[in-house]
Amino acid sequence: MEVALSLLGGLLLVAGAIFLLLGGLGLVRMPDVFNRIQAGTKATTLGTLLTLAGAACLQPAWGLKLLLIGLFILFTNPISSQVLARAAHRSGAEKSPLTAVDRLQDDQGEQP
Amino acid sequence: MVEVLVTLAALIVGAAFLLALYRFLKGPSVADRIVAFDVLTIIAVSGIIFTALAEGRGIYLDVALVYALLSFLGVIVVARYLDRGL
Repeated sequence: MEVALSLLGGLLLVAGAIFLLLGGLGLVRMPDVFNRIQAGTKATTLGTLLTLAGAACLQPAWGLKLLLIGLFILFTNPISSQVLARAAHRSGAEKSPLTAVDRLQDDQGEQP
Repeated sequence: MVEVLVTLAALIVGAAFLLALYRFLKGPSVADRIVAFDVLTIIAVSGIIFTALAEGRGIYLDVALVYALLSFLGVIVVARYLDRGL
């Protein structure tokens, strides 16, 4: 039981680390700011949560604090990514030529 | 066995940090750098968790919590500055 729990913890840590690596890779490979926000915040949120879960499996006594950190990251990461996307759009970040739809720009164009 | 997995995960997290650092240094726009900074802080929280596991001391978890709080505030402030000025 003890061994199985620690093995599960190690596997969760590796899975979370792989998600973090994919987030970093998307940050390098994606063509414009908005795609980078997508890759950079969603993948790293899941990666951090998996890492915290793995740490909780390895050290069950830390569970409460790890849960607190996980909840905090789960609540604040979407907020920061939304604020970043709005700031990038308003500061006129250049879009990828593949961008087909920009509803925010359409809405702003209709205003007097 | 578990130690090997933890070491492997820590190395992968280090590689992710380097990738995000590349985007942070290269830019090209300010928004790119802020996004990279956000990702760097999230990865750094995971790094602090790995430090806590390696040292076996729970006090590092408090450090991770405070770091997550302050980095969130920092990203919000810089994004607001980029948005409409302070």
